[in-house]
Amino acid sequence: MKNQAKIEARNVNFYYGSQIALKNINIACEENKVTALIGPSGCGKSTFIRTLNRMNDVIPGIKIEGDILLEGENIYHPKVDIAVLRKRVGMVFQKPNPFPKSIFNNIAYGLRINGMRDKRKIEMIVEKSLKEATLWDEIKDRMDENAFSLSGGQQQRLCIARSLAIKPEVILFDEPCSAIDPVATAKIEELIHQLKEHYTVIVVTHNMQQAARISDFTAFMMLGEIVEYDKTDKIFTNPSNTLTEDYITGRFG
Amino acid sequence: MKKKKFSDLKESVIKAFFFTNGILTVMILFGIFALLLFTAIPAFREIDLKEFFTSHQWNPTSPVKEHYGILSMVAGTFMVSLGAMIIAIPIGIGTASYLSDVAHWKVREIVKPIVEILAGIPSVVIGFLGIVLFGPILAKIFGTSNGLNAINGSLLLAIMALPTIVSISEDSLSAVPKTYSDASLALGANRWQTLVRVKLPASLSGIIAAVMLGMGRAIGETMTVLMATGNAPAFPRGFLSSIRTMTATIAIELGEVPYYSTHYYALFAVGLVLFLITFILNLLSDVILNKYQEREQ
Ligand SMILES: Nc1ncnc2c1ncn2[C@@H]1O[C@H](COP(=O)(O)OP(=O)(O)O)[C@@H](O)[C@H]1O
Ligand SMILES: [Mg+2]
Repeated sequence: MKNQAKIEARNVNFYYGSQIALKNINIACEENKVTALIGPSGCGKSTFIRTLNRMNDVIPGIKIEGDILLEGENIYHPKVDIAVLRKRVGMVFQKPNPFPKSIFNNIAYGLRINGMRDKRKIEMIVEKSLKEATLWDEIKDRMDENAFSLSGGQQQRLCIARSLAIKPEVILFDEPCSAIDPVATAKIEELIHQLKEHYTVIVVTHNMQQAARISDFTAFMMLGEIVEYDKTDKIFTNPSNTLTEDYITGRFG
Repeated sequence: MKKKKFSDLKESVIKAFFFTNGILTVMILFGIFALLLFTAIPAFREIDLKEFFTSHQWNPTSPVKEHYGILSMVAGTFMVSLGAMIIAIPIGIGTASYLSDVAHWKVREIVKPIVEILAGIPSVVIGFLGIVLFGPILAKIFGTSNGLNAINGSLLLAIMALPTIVSISEDSLSAVPKTYSDASLALGANRWQTLVRVKLPASLSGIIAAVMLGMGRAIGETMTVLMATGNAPAFPRGFLSSIRTMTATIAIELGEVPYYSTHYYALFAVGLVLFLITFILNLLSDVILNKYQEREQ
């Protein structure tokens, strides 16, 4: 084990107004591993994952305490450029959310806002990202079609390709399969499994089998706290906390 | 049993009422168009069609030779409208963007209704502003003898078109799903990039509709331009020259013209041309909208 985690939360508390949503969160996610967050609905999984790329910042009245370290540097330091942070920490959302633009332009978007003008280079990266997201073969002749003409699962892989195009280091997935069918889900699980070779992946899921299949580490959350965080094998075969055991055996949640 | 019959009767009465209303509206519209058409046609017994559309001389009361060319006033109408759009589109879209994206929601709740109330200011009041306020200012700035010219008209029409443009553009910007801006922000775009590259294109159909409505109002507006543009019937030499629009010509002359004279019919012909222009504009905006929406979905 390396002595520094890729991304790490230390004593994080999070408030929506006066209501506390995260309590003393401590978690260190390792590089080139998949970390899964599981827990009952409303326990703060989305809230936590959105603190990692500061997507909560746009919500009025929020407050965060503690540190979130990306390669040892606090991302909430006032000098941090949020745009740069979000390029390093990409995000895929629960519902596929392509832009109402062509397939090509959906992926080129992130490159263009970063000032890339070279058409050939953009085309190259678009192709590479789509291949990486295992979507290229299905849509290579349809690059000018509107992204909404794709199926739900394809749209979600397009959104993954869109994140990959700007070369993030960490990719956050917030229940990426909850809005798509089982076959498409299998493809995305397979894809996430491949992605960890080059990226650090954090996945929120309410599906425990999914967590067991794709992750190396699993954190079980409840009521804004991390109850248990360990190797996925351990969590699913021999959890140390009875709450965890109750949850994964389906006694509640 | 009796009750049922009564409700059936009620239903058919209500149906008939709405049906009549619908038919009536359509009939009135067709009636107006037919009246316009049939009153315009006799004009061309005496006026050469080519002269009508290509001559810039409009002088129906000349004792020597009457001229019926509408080019000058068509140019005048387009100049004030175009000028108004050049002023109103950027300001309108800018204000809408500010209200939907930047302003605190409390500011939006207060400012938007106020902007919408502005749409209700009578055009004669706006024209008054043009004479006593903008006129002297423009005269001073450009060193002309008076400020009653195309720019003045454009400024006033812009003020009149702005509430529509702001209000409808803001509605369509606010209707852009939050998931789009989330996606953009998560890719490291800032708020400005998100606005310009995602939200504005996604709400383009609404914005085009807003601009077209504003433009329609500008082209058809009479009282304001009548008061503010000086009404010189010559071909406009620029934005500082006094111009006369099609609407102003009709309003000025129709009251004094002998009924069923060529001049009388010619004014209806001008009205018909105006009607066709606004009709084509509306049609065009519809086509653009449909095309865009097809592409979007
Ligand atoms: N924008 C918000 N404003 C106020 N409270 C919120 C907001 N988003 C989430 N919450 C609350 O925070 C808690 C955690 O929500 P969330 O992180 O979405 O849970 P999960 O993703 O695990 O279902 C819930 O009680 C939820 O009601
Ligand atoms: Mg959630």
